[in-house]
Amino acid sequence: MIQTFAFYLFSALVIASATLVIMSRNPVHSVLWLIVSFFNAAGLMVLVGAEFIAMLLVIVYVGAVAVLFLFVVMMLDIDFAELRAGFVKNFPLGMLVALILAAELIMGLLAYSAGGLALGTPDGANAPLLGESNIENIGIVLYGKYLFLFETAGIILLVAMVGAIVLTHRGRKYQRSQIVSKQNARRPEEATVNKQPEVGKGVEL
Amino acid sequence: MTAFFQSLGMNYEWAWFVATVCGILLIALPLMLSVAMIIYVDRKVWAAINLRRGPNVVGPFGLLQSFADGLKVFLQETIIPSAANKGIFLIAPIVTFTVALAAWAVIPFDAGAVLADINVGLLYILAISSLSVYGVVMSGWASNSKYPFFSAMRASAQMISYEVSIGFILICVVLWAGTFNLSEIVMAQEGHGFGIVNGYFFNILLFPMWVLFFISSLAETQRVPFDLTEAESELVAGYQTEYSSMSFALFWLGEYANILLMCTLNALLFFGGWLPPLNIDLIPWFDIPGIFWLFAKIFFFFFMFSWVMATVPRYRYDQLMRLGWKIFLPFSLLFVVLISGWLMLTRYAA
Repeated sequence: MIQTFAFYLFSALVIASATLVIMSRNPVHSVLWLIVSFFNAAGLMVLVGAEFIAMLLVIVYVGAVAVLFLFVVMMLDIDFAELRAGFVKNFPLGMLVALILAAELIMGLLAYSAGGLALGTPDGANAPLLGESNIENIGIVLYGKYLFLFETAGIILLVAMVGAIVLTHRGRKYQRSQIVSKQNARRPEEATVNKQPEVGKGVEL
Repeated sequence: MTAFFQSLGMNYEWAWFVATVCGILLIALPLMLSVAMIIYVDRKVWAAINLRRGPNVVGPFGLLQSFADGLKVFLQETIIPSAANKGIFLIAPIVTFTVALAAWAVIPFDAGAVLADINVGLLYILAISSLSVYGVVMSGWASNSKYPFFSAMRASAQMISYEVSIGFILICVVLWAGTFNLSEIVMAQEGHGFGIVNGYFFNILLFPMWVLFFISSLAETQRVPFDLTEAESELVAGYQTEYSSMSFALFWLGEYANILLMCTLNALLFFGGWLPPLNIDLIPWFDIPGIFWLFAKIFFFFFMFSWVMATVPRYRYDQLMRLGWKIFLPFSLLFVVLISGWLMLTRYAA
Protein backbone atom coordinates (compact mmCIF):
# COMPACT_ATOMS: atom_id res chain seq x y z
CA MET A 1 0.00 0.00 0.00
CA ILE A 2 2.62 2.50 1.11
CA GLN A 3 4.76 1.57 -1.89
CA THR A 4 1.95 2.25 -4.32
CA PHE A 5 1.25 5.54 -2.61
CA ALA A 6 4.93 6.53 -2.69
CA PHE A 7 5.21 5.53 -6.34
CA TYR A 8 2.27 7.67 -7.41
CA LEU A 9 3.46 10.56 -5.22
CA PHE A 10 6.96 10.53 -6.69
CA SER A 11 5.88 10.03 -10.28
CA ALA A 12 3.19 12.71 -10.06
CA LEU A 13 5.79 15.11 -8.65
CA VAL A 14 8.30 14.19 -11.37
CA ILE A 15 5.76 14.87 -14.10
CA ALA A 16 4.43 18.04 -12.49
CA SER A 17 7.86 19.54 -11.87
CA ALA A 18 9.09 18.50 -15.32
CA THR A 19 6.10 20.32 -16.81
CA LEU A 20 6.89 23.36 -14.72
CA VAL A 21 10.49 23.30 -16.01
CA ILE A 22 9.26 24.20 -19.47
CA MET A 23 6.27 26.25 -18.36
CA SER A 24 7.88 28.70 -15.96
CA ARG A 25 8.88 32.07 -17.38
CA ASN A 26 11.95 32.58 -15.25
CA PRO A 27 14.93 30.34 -16.19
CA VAL A 28 16.06 30.20 -12.55
CA HIS A 29 12.66 28.80 -11.59
CA SER A 30 13.06 26.28 -14.41
CA VAL A 31 16.36 25.05 -12.99
CA LEU A 32 14.89 24.80 -9.51
CA TRP A 33 11.95 22.75 -10.81
CA LEU A 34 14.46 20.57 -12.67
CA ILE A 35 16.15 19.91 -9.33
CA VAL A 36 12.82 18.92 -7.75
CA SER A 37 12.28 16.59 -10.68
CA PHE A 38 15.74 14.97 -10.29
CA PHE A 39 15.13 14.53 -6.60
CA ASN A 40 11.81 12.77 -7.10
CA ALA A 41 13.33 10.60 -9.81
CA ALA A 42 15.86 9.53 -7.17
CA GLY A 43 12.89 8.62 -4.97
CA LEU A 44 11.55 6.39 -7.76
CA MET A 45 14.97 4.74 -8.04
CA VAL A 46 14.87 3.91 -4.33
CA LEU A 47 11.42 2.37 -4.84
CA VAL A 48 12.67 -0.06 -7.49
CA GLY A 49 15.53 -1.05 -5.21
CA ALA A 50 18.34 0.82 -6.95
CA GLU A 51 19.45 2.87 -3.95
CA PHE A 52 23.02 3.27 -5.23
CA ILE A 53 21.82 4.81 -8.51
CA ALA A 54 19.43 7.02 -6.54
CA MET A 55 22.23 8.39 -4.37
CA LEU A 56 24.46 8.90 -7.42
CA LEU A 57 21.62 10.75 -9.14
CA VAL A 58 21.38 13.14 -6.21
CA ILE A 59 25.14 13.54 -5.75
CA VAL A 60 26.05 13.99 -9.41
CA TYR A 61 23.02 15.68 -10.94
CA VAL A 62 21.50 17.60 -8.05
CA GLY A 63 24.71 18.22 -6.14
CA ALA A 64 27.05 19.15 -8.97
CA VAL A 65 25.51 19.50 -12.43
CA ALA A 66 22.40 21.42 -11.41
CA VAL A 67 24.44 23.73 -9.18
CA LEU A 68 26.56 24.66 -12.18
CA PHE A 69 23.39 25.15 -14.26
CA LEU A 70 22.00 27.41 -11.59
CA PHE A 71 25.34 29.18 -11.35
CA VAL A 72 25.23 30.07 -15.05
CA VAL A 73 21.51 30.79 -15.31
CA MET A 74 21.55 33.06 -12.25
CA MET A 75 24.07 35.32 -13.94
CA LEU A 76 22.03 35.67 -17.14
CA ASP A 77 20.57 39.05 -17.87
CA ILE A 78 17.07 37.91 -18.66
CA ASP A 79 15.00 39.92 -21.12
CA PHE A 80 11.52 38.42 -20.96
CA ALA A 81 10.23 40.25 -24.06
CA GLU A 82 13.05 38.83 -26.17
CA LEU A 83 12.47 35.36 -24.76
CA ARG A 84 8.90 35.34 -26.02
CA ALA A 85 9.73 36.94 -29.39
CA GLY A 86 11.28 33.83 -30.97
CA PHE A 87 8.15 31.68 -30.63
CA VAL A 88 7.08 31.54 -34.29
CA LYS A 89 10.63 31.13 -35.55
CA ASN A 90 11.43 28.24 -33.20
CA PHE A 91 8.04 26.53 -33.39
CA PRO A 92 8.87 23.99 -36.19
CA LEU A 93 12.13 22.94 -34.51
CA GLY A 94 10.34 22.54 -31.19
CA MET A 95 7.66 20.41 -32.80
CA LEU A 96 10.32 18.20 -34.38
CA VAL A 97 12.00 17.60 -31.02
CA ALA A 98 8.62 16.90 -29.43
CA LEU A 99 7.79 14.37 -32.17
CA ILE A 100 11.11 12.55 -31.68
CA LEU A 101 10.59 12.39 -27.94
CA ALA A 102 7.01 11.14 -28.36
CA ALA A 103 8.22 8.44 -30.76
CA GLU A 104 10.85 7.35 -28.22
CA LEU A 105 8.23 7.22 -25.49
CA ILE A 106 5.92 5.04 -27.59
CA MET A 107 8.83 2.77 -28.54
CA GLY A 108 9.72 2.42 -24.87
CA LEU A 109 6.15 1.52 -23.93
CA LEU A 110 6.00 -1.04 -26.75
CA ALA A 111 9.28 -2.58 -25.64
CA TYR A 112 8.03 -2.74 -22.07
CA SER A 113 4.74 -4.38 -23.05
CA ALA A 114 6.73 -6.93 -25.07
CA GLY A 115 7.97 -8.17 -21.69
CA GLY A 116 11.38 -9.26 -20.44
CA LEU A 117 11.87 -6.33 -18.04
CA ALA A 118 12.06 -7.52 -14.45
CA LEU A 119 12.38 -4.70 -11.98
CA GLY A 120 14.19 -5.15 -8.69
CA THR A 121 12.64 -5.18 -5.25
CA PRO A 122 13.58 -2.90 -2.32
CA ASP A 123 15.25 -5.73 -0.40
CA GLY A 124 17.46 -6.52 -3.38
CA ALA A 125 15.99 -10.02 -3.81
CA ASN A 126 15.80 -9.67 -7.60
CA ALA A 127 19.29 -8.22 -7.89
CA PRO A 128 20.95 -9.63 -10.99
CA LEU A 129 24.02 -11.34 -9.60
CA LEU A 130 24.42 -12.16 -5.97
CA GLY A 131 21.27 -11.22 -4.18
CA GLU A 132 23.47 -8.77 -2.34
CA SER A 133 23.33 -4.98 -2.23
CA ASN A 134 23.49 -3.35 -5.62
CA ILE A 135 26.78 -1.56 -4.86
CA GLU A 136 28.49 -4.95 -5.02
CA ASN A 137 26.49 -6.00 -8.05
CA ILE A 138 27.35 -2.85 -9.99
CA GLY A 139 30.98 -3.17 -8.94
CA ILE A 140 31.21 -6.75 -10.17
CA VAL A 141 29.57 -5.94 -13.51
CA LEU A 142 31.44 -2.69 -14.06
CA TYR A 143 34.92 -3.78 -13.01
CA GLY A 144 34.65 -7.37 -14.18
CA LYS A 145 32.45 -8.00 -17.17
CA TYR A 146 32.54 -4.52 -18.69
CA LEU A 147 35.99 -3.41 -17.52
CA PHE A 148 37.26 -2.37 -20.94
CA LEU A 149 34.09 -0.52 -21.88
CA PHE A 150 34.25 1.25 -18.53
CA GLU A 151 37.86 2.27 -19.08
CA THR A 152 37.06 3.39 -22.62
CA ALA A 153 34.32 5.62 -21.26
CA GLY A 154 36.83 7.04 -18.80
CA ILE A 155 39.36 7.77 -21.55
CA ILE A 156 36.69 9.41 -23.74
CA LEU A 157 35.79 11.69 -20.83
CA LEU A 158 39.44 12.51 -20.27
CA VAL A 159 39.89 13.37 -23.95
CA ALA A 160 36.76 15.53 -23.86
CA MET A 161 38.08 17.34 -20.80
CA VAL A 162 41.51 17.95 -22.34
CA GLY A 163 39.81 19.11 -25.53
CA ALA A 164 37.62 21.58 -23.66
CA ILE A 165 40.63 22.98 -21.85
CA VAL A 166 42.68 23.29 -25.03
CA LEU A 167 39.82 24.98 -26.89
CA THR A 168 39.12 27.56 -24.21
CA HIS A 169 42.64 28.19 -22.99
CA ARG A 170 44.18 31.34 -24.35
CA GLY A 171 47.81 31.68 -23.39
CA ARG A 172 48.40 35.40 -23.00
CA LYS A 173 51.84 36.69 -23.87
CA TYR A 174 52.59 38.86 -20.89
CA GLN A 175 50.76 36.92 -18.26
CA ARG A 176 51.68 37.80 -14.71
CA SER A 177 50.76 34.77 -12.67
CA GLN A 178 51.55 34.52 -9.01
CA ILE A 179 53.99 31.88 -7.84
CA VAL A 180 52.76 30.92 -4.43
CA SER A 181 55.96 29.31 -3.17
CA LYS A 182 57.83 32.51 -4.05
CA GLN A 183 55.25 34.59 -2.21
CA ASN A 184 55.45 32.39 0.86
CA ALA A 185 59.24 32.45 0.83
CA ARG A 186 59.33 36.25 0.97
CA ARG A 187 60.43 37.64 4.31
CA PRO A 188 59.84 41.17 5.61
CA GLU A 189 63.59 41.91 5.43
CA GLU A 190 63.66 41.41 1.65
CA ALA A 191 60.52 43.38 0.97
CA THR A 192 61.03 46.43 3.18
CA VAL A 193 63.87 48.81 3.87
CA ASN A 194 64.31 50.69 7.09
CA LYS A 195 65.45 54.30 6.54
CA GLN A 196 65.84 57.17 8.89
CA PRO A 197 65.67 60.25 6.71
CA GLU A 198 66.78 63.65 7.85
CA VAL A 199 64.00 66.17 8.09
CA GLY A 200 63.32 67.88 4.77
CA LYS A 201 65.69 65.65 2.74
CA GLY A 202 63.48 62.79 1.57
CA VAL A 203 64.59 59.23 0.85
CA GLU A 204 66.66 57.70 -1.92
CA LEU A 205 65.46 54.16 -2.65
CA MET B 1 11.22 0.18 18.52
CA THR B 2 8.76 -1.26 16.00
CA ALA B 3 8.61 -4.45 18.05
CA PHE B 4 7.74 -2.45 21.16
CA PHE B 5 4.77 -0.78 19.50
CA GLN B 6 3.70 -4.12 18.06
CA SER B 7 3.64 -5.51 21.59
CA LEU B 8 1.16 -2.75 22.44
CA GLY B 9 -1.24 -4.41 20.02
CA MET B 10 -0.73 -2.41 16.80
CA ASN B 11 -0.35 -4.15 13.47
CA TYR B 12 3.06 -3.97 11.75
CA GLU B 13 2.37 -0.98 9.47
CA TRP B 14 1.10 1.27 12.25
CA ALA B 15 3.81 0.15 14.65
CA TRP B 16 6.45 0.96 12.03
CA PHE B 17 4.88 4.36 11.34
CA VAL B 18 4.63 5.34 15.02
CA ALA B 19 8.15 4.04 15.72
CA THR B 20 9.59 6.08 12.84
CA VAL B 21 7.81 9.26 13.92
CA CYS B 22 9.06 8.71 17.49
CA GLY B 23 12.57 8.12 16.15
CA ILE B 24 12.48 11.35 14.16
CA LEU B 25 11.31 13.29 17.21
CA LEU B 26 13.92 11.59 19.39
CA ILE B 27 16.62 12.84 17.03
CA ALA B 28 15.27 16.24 15.98
CA LEU B 29 14.22 17.65 19.36
CA PRO B 30 17.45 16.87 21.26
CA LEU B 31 19.33 18.10 18.18
CA MET B 32 17.59 21.48 18.35
CA LEU B 33 18.27 21.69 22.08
CA SER B 34 21.91 20.80 21.58
CA VAL B 35 22.20 23.38 18.78
CA ALA B 36 20.97 26.03 21.22
CA MET B 37 23.46 24.90 23.86
CA ILE B 38 26.32 24.49 21.40
CA ILE B 39 25.90 28.09 20.25
CA TYR B 40 26.37 29.06 23.89
CA VAL B 41 29.46 26.84 24.12
CA ASP B 42 30.80 28.40 20.94
CA ARG B 43 30.45 31.92 22.32
CA LYS B 44 31.96 30.92 25.65
CA VAL B 45 34.99 29.34 23.96
CA TRP B 46 35.60 32.41 21.79
CA ALA B 47 35.22 34.58 24.87
CA ALA B 48 37.71 32.50 26.83
CA ILE B 49 40.25 32.63 24.00
CA ASN B 50 39.73 36.40 23.61
CA LEU B 51 39.97 36.88 27.40
CA ARG B 52 36.37 38.08 27.64
CA ARG B 53 33.50 36.79 29.73
CA GLY B 54 31.02 35.86 27.02
CA PRO B 55 27.29 35.53 27.69
CA ASN B 56 26.77 35.54 31.46
CA VAL B 57 23.56 37.45 32.14
CA VAL B 58 20.57 35.32 31.18
CA GLY B 59 20.21 32.39 33.56
CA PRO B 60 22.99 30.80 35.63
CA PHE B 61 26.35 31.37 33.82
CA GLY B 62 24.33 32.74 30.90
CA LEU B 63 23.12 29.23 30.06
CA LEU B 64 19.77 30.48 28.77
CA GLN B 65 21.29 33.05 26.40
CA SER B 66 20.44 31.08 23.24
CA PHE B 67 16.83 30.67 24.33
CA ALA B 68 16.56 34.40 25.00
CA ASP B 69 17.99 35.07 21.51
CA GLY B 70 15.56 32.58 20.02
CA LEU B 71 12.59 34.22 21.72
CA LYS B 72 13.72 37.65 20.62
CA VAL B 73 14.09 36.52 17.01
CA PHE B 74 10.72 34.79 17.17
CA LEU B 75 8.96 38.00 18.18
CA GLN B 76 10.54 40.10 15.44
CA GLU B 77 8.87 41.03 12.18
CA THR B 78 9.78 39.11 9.02
CA ILE B 79 10.81 41.66 6.44
CA ILE B 80 10.68 40.71 2.78
CA PRO B 81 12.44 43.14 0.42
CA SER B 82 10.04 44.47 -2.20
CA ALA B 83 12.36 43.51 -5.08
CA ALA B 84 12.91 40.01 -3.76
CA ASN B 85 11.59 36.88 -5.44
CA LYS B 86 9.13 36.17 -2.67
CA GLY B 87 8.55 32.43 -2.96
CA ILE B 88 12.19 31.42 -3.29
CA PHE B 89 13.20 34.00 -0.68
CA LEU B 90 10.98 32.28 1.87
CA ILE B 91 11.77 28.70 0.79
CA ALA B 92 15.57 29.16 1.00
CA PRO B 93 15.91 29.14 4.83
CA ILE B 94 13.45 26.25 5.04
CA VAL B 95 15.57 24.26 2.59
CA THR B 96 18.73 24.96 4.59
CA PHE B 97 17.11 23.87 7.82
CA THR B 98 15.38 20.77 6.44
CA VAL B 99 18.50 19.53 4.68
CA ALA B 100 20.54 20.04 7.85
CA LEU B 101 18.07 17.87 9.77
CA ALA B 102 17.62 15.21 7.06
CA ALA B 103 21.23 14.07 7.15
CA TRP B 104 20.86 12.91 10.76
CA ALA B 105 18.58 10.05 9.70
CA VAL B 106 21.48 7.68 9.03
CA ILE B 107 23.74 8.63 11.95
CA PRO B 108 24.21 5.73 14.39
CA PHE B 109 24.31 6.92 18.00
CA ASP B 110 25.03 3.52 19.48
CA ALA B 111 25.10 -0.07 18.30
CA GLY B 112 21.71 -0.42 16.59
CA ALA B 113 20.51 3.05 17.64
CA VAL B 114 19.96 4.46 14.16
CA LEU B 115 16.81 5.67 12.47
CA ALA B 116 17.55 4.39 8.96
CA ASP B 117 20.21 1.67 8.83
CA ILE B 118 20.64 1.77 5.06
CA ASN B 119 23.60 0.22 3.28
CA VAL B 120 24.41 3.42 1.35
CA GLY B 121 24.53 5.54 4.52
CA LEU B 122 27.70 7.42 3.67
CA LEU B 123 26.52 8.15 0.13
CA TYR B 124 23.27 9.46 1.60
CA ILE B 125 25.25 11.86 3.80
CA LEU B 126 27.26 12.98 0.79
CA ALA B 127 24.07 13.50 -1.23
CA ILE B 128 22.35 15.49 1.49
CA SER B 129 25.39 17.63 2.22
CA SER B 130 25.66 18.45 -1.48
CA LEU B 131 22.07 19.69 -1.28
CA SER B 132 22.84 22.16 1.47
CA VAL B 133 24.37 24.58 -1.03
CA TYR B 134 20.92 25.23 -2.49
CA GLY B 135 19.67 27.12 0.54
CA VAL B 136 22.55 29.55 0.18
CA VAL B 137 22.31 29.88 -3.60
CA MET B 138 18.53 30.36 -3.56
CA SER B 139 18.66 32.96 -0.81
CA GLY B 140 21.46 34.82 -2.57
CA TRP B 141 19.62 34.98 -5.85
CA ALA B 142 16.14 35.64 -4.44
CA SER B 143 17.33 38.54 -2.28
CA ASN B 144 17.92 40.51 -5.48
CA SER B 145 20.82 42.33 -3.91
CA LYS B 146 24.51 42.50 -4.76
CA TYR B 147 26.16 41.21 -1.58
CA PRO B 148 23.97 38.14 -1.10
CA PHE B 149 24.48 37.33 -4.77
CA PHE B 150 28.27 37.45 -4.52
CA SER B 151 27.98 35.29 -1.45
CA ALA B 152 25.87 32.73 -3.29
CA MET B 153 28.44 32.58 -6.11
CA ARG B 154 31.23 32.03 -3.65
CA ALA B 155 29.27 29.41 -1.72
CA SER B 156 28.47 27.28 -4.74
CA ALA B 157 32.04 27.33 -6.06
CA GLN B 158 33.46 26.61 -2.62
CA MET B 159 31.17 23.72 -1.79
CA ILE B 160 31.62 22.01 -5.15
CA SER B 161 35.41 22.30 -4.84
CA TYR B 162 35.61 20.81 -1.39
CA GLU B 163 33.02 18.11 -2.00
CA VAL B 164 35.38 16.58 -4.58
CA SER B 165 38.16 16.06 -2.06
CA ILE B 166 35.69 15.02 0.67
CA GLY B 167 34.43 12.37 -1.73
CA PHE B 168 37.92 10.95 -2.18
CA ILE B 169 38.59 11.01 1.56
CA LEU B 170 35.38 9.12 2.22
CA ILE B 171 36.36 6.61 -0.47
CA CYS B 172 39.57 5.93 1.50
CA VAL B 173 37.55 5.16 4.63
CA VAL B 174 35.06 3.05 2.69
CA LEU B 175 37.89 1.07 1.08
CA TRP B 176 39.37 0.25 4.44
CA ALA B 177 36.05 -0.56 6.10
CA GLY B 178 34.70 -2.38 3.05
CA THR B 179 31.19 -0.96 3.45
CA PHE B 180 29.11 2.18 3.01
CA ASN B 181 27.01 1.48 6.10
CA LEU B 182 27.96 3.87 8.91
CA SER B 183 27.35 1.37 11.72
CA GLU B 184 29.55 -1.20 10.01
CA ILE B 185 32.25 1.43 9.41
CA VAL B 186 32.30 2.10 13.16
CA MET B 187 32.37 -1.61 13.97
CA ALA B 188 35.27 -2.11 11.53
CA GLN B 189 37.33 0.31 13.63
CA GLU B 190 37.14 -1.83 16.75
CA GLY B 191 40.67 -2.57 17.90
CA HIS B 192 42.10 -1.16 14.69
CA GLY B 193 45.44 -0.12 16.20
CA PHE B 194 47.19 -3.30 17.44
CA GLY B 195 43.87 -4.44 18.93
CA ILE B 196 44.14 -1.64 21.48
CA VAL B 197 43.02 1.61 19.86
CA ASN B 198 39.53 1.98 18.39
CA GLY B 199 39.60 4.30 15.40
CA TYR B 200 41.10 4.84 11.99
CA PHE B 201 43.06 7.91 13.07
CA PHE B 202 45.68 5.47 14.36
CA ASN B 203 46.22 4.15 10.85
CA ILE B 204 49.30 5.70 9.26
CA LEU B 205 47.61 5.85 5.84
CA LEU B 206 44.30 7.20 7.11
CA PHE B 207 45.59 9.76 9.59
CA PRO B 208 46.52 12.30 6.86
CA MET B 209 43.05 11.73 5.43
CA TRP B 210 41.56 12.70 8.78
CA VAL B 211 43.54 15.94 8.80
CA LEU B 212 42.28 16.69 5.29
CA PHE B 213 38.74 15.75 6.28
CA PHE B 214 38.78 18.05 9.28
CA ILE B 215 39.93 21.01 7.19
CA SER B 216 37.47 20.15 4.43
CA SER B 217 34.65 19.96 6.94
CA LEU B 218 35.55 23.47 8.06
CA ALA B 219 35.26 24.55 4.44
CA GLU B 220 32.09 22.57 3.83
CA THR B 221 30.30 24.18 6.78
CA GLN B 222 31.71 27.60 5.87
CA ARG B 223 33.40 28.17 9.19
CA VAL B 224 36.41 30.40 9.73
CA PRO B 225 39.00 30.36 8.05
CA PHE B 226 36.80 29.55 5.03
CA ASP B 227 33.76 31.71 5.83
CA LEU B 228 34.09 33.77 2.66
CA THR B 229 30.37 33.54 2.05
CA GLU B 230 29.66 35.76 5.03
CA ALA B 231 32.88 37.75 5.15
CA GLU B 232 31.75 40.84 7.07
CA SER B 233 34.48 43.08 5.74
CA GLU B 234 33.51 42.43 2.12
CA LEU B 235 29.91 41.21 1.94
CA VAL B 236 28.07 42.66 4.98
CA ALA B 237 26.57 39.34 6.14
CA GLY B 238 26.62 37.51 2.82
CA TYR B 239 23.50 35.60 1.86
CA GLN B 240 21.82 36.39 5.19
CA THR B 241 21.96 40.14 4.65
CA GLU B 242 18.30 40.60 3.67
CA TYR B 243 16.90 38.12 6.18
CA SER B 244 15.28 38.93 9.49
CA SER B 245 13.56 37.22 12.41
CA MET B 246 12.72 33.51 12.04
CA SER B 247 13.95 33.20 8.46
CA PHE B 248 17.36 34.36 9.70
CA ALA B 249 17.17 32.03 12.70
CA LEU B 250 16.50 29.05 10.44
CA PHE B 251 19.77 29.75 8.60
CA TRP B 252 21.56 29.90 11.89
CA LEU B 253 20.06 26.71 13.26
CA GLY B 254 20.77 24.91 9.99
CA GLU B 255 24.36 26.10 9.99
CA TYR B 256 25.01 24.82 13.50
CA ALA B 257 23.18 21.55 12.84
CA ASN B 258 25.53 21.08 9.86
CA ILE B 259 28.56 21.83 12.03
CA LEU B 260 27.42 19.24 14.57
CA LEU B 261 26.91 16.78 11.72
CA MET B 262 30.46 17.31 10.49
CA CYS B 263 31.81 16.85 14.03
CA THR B 264 29.81 13.62 14.26
CA LEU B 265 31.21 12.41 10.95
CA ASN B 266 34.74 13.11 12.17
CA ALA B 267 33.97 11.03 15.25
CA LEU B 268 32.25 8.22 13.35
CA LEU B 269 34.65 7.81 10.46
CA PHE B 270 38.02 8.29 12.11
CA PHE B 271 37.63 8.15 15.88
CA GLY B 272 35.52 5.04 16.36
CA GLY B 273 32.09 6.59 16.91
CA TRP B 274 30.40 5.16 19.97
CA LEU B 275 33.30 2.83 20.82
CA PRO B 276 35.51 3.80 23.75
CA PRO B 277 38.90 5.18 22.67
CA LEU B 278 40.83 2.14 23.90
CA ASN B 279 39.73 -1.43 23.45
CA ILE B 280 40.83 -2.33 26.99
CA ASP B 281 38.29 -2.65 29.79
CA LEU B 282 39.61 -0.12 32.28
CA ILE B 283 37.20 -0.94 35.08
CA PRO B 284 34.01 1.02 34.21
CA TRP B 285 35.14 1.66 30.63
CA PHE B 286 32.84 -0.75 28.77
CA ASP B 287 29.89 -0.05 31.12
CA ILE B 288 29.62 3.54 29.92
CA PRO B 289 26.90 3.62 27.27
CA GLY B 290 28.29 4.18 23.76
CA ILE B 291 26.22 7.29 23.23
CA PHE B 292 28.28 9.12 25.90
CA TRP B 293 31.51 8.28 24.10
CA LEU B 294 30.02 9.56 20.86
CA PHE B 295 28.82 12.78 22.52
CA ALA B 296 32.21 13.31 24.14
CA LYS B 297 33.90 12.94 20.76
CA ILE B 298 31.41 15.28 19.06
CA PHE B 299 32.00 17.80 21.82
CA PHE B 300 35.77 17.50 21.41
CA PHE B 301 35.52 18.18 17.67
CA PHE B 302 33.15 21.05 18.26
CA PHE B 303 35.70 22.53 20.64
CA MET B 304 38.29 22.24 17.89
CA PHE B 305 35.92 23.99 15.47
CA SER B 306 35.43 26.96 17.77
CA TRP B 307 39.11 26.97 18.70
CA VAL B 308 39.95 27.36 15.01
CA MET B 309 37.28 30.05 14.68
CA ALA B 310 38.75 32.09 17.50
CA THR B 311 42.37 31.89 16.38
CA VAL B 312 42.72 31.68 12.60
CA PRO B 313 42.33 34.61 10.18
CA ARG B 314 40.22 34.29 7.04
CA TYR B 315 41.57 32.91 3.76
CA ARG B 316 41.62 34.91 0.56
CA TYR B 317 39.31 33.44 -2.06
CA ASP B 318 42.02 32.42 -4.54
CA GLN B 319 43.95 30.79 -1.71
CA LEU B 320 40.84 28.83 -0.81
CA MET B 321 40.45 27.57 -4.37
CA ARG B 322 44.14 26.75 -4.63
CA LEU B 323 44.00 24.75 -1.41
CA GLY B 324 40.96 22.82 -2.60
CA TRP B 325 41.95 22.00 -6.15
CA LYS B 326 45.74 22.03 -6.18
CA ILE B 327 46.58 20.56 -2.79
CA PHE B 328 43.65 18.60 -1.32
CA LEU B 329 42.46 17.00 -4.56
CA PRO B 330 45.82 15.53 -5.74
CA PHE B 331 46.74 14.56 -2.21
CA SER B 332 43.50 12.70 -1.51
CA LEU B 333 43.61 11.09 -4.97
CA LEU B 334 47.15 9.89 -4.24
CA PHE B 335 45.95 8.36 -0.99
CA VAL B 336 43.06 6.57 -2.73
CA VAL B 337 45.68 4.91 -4.94
CA LEU B 338 48.01 4.20 -2.00
CA ILE B 339 45.29 2.74 0.18
CA SER B 340 43.72 0.59 -2.50
CA GLY B 341 47.19 -0.62 -3.47
CA TRP B 342 48.03 -1.47 0.13
CA LEU B 343 44.74 -3.30 0.61
CA MET B 344 45.29 -5.26 -2.61
CA LEU B 345 48.74 -6.26 -1.34
CA THR B 346 47.69 -7.28 2.15
CA ARG B 347 43.98 -7.98 2.50
CA TYR B 348 42.90 -9.08 -0.95
CA ALA B 349 46.11 -10.79 -2.06
CA ALA B 350 44.75 -13.96 -3.64
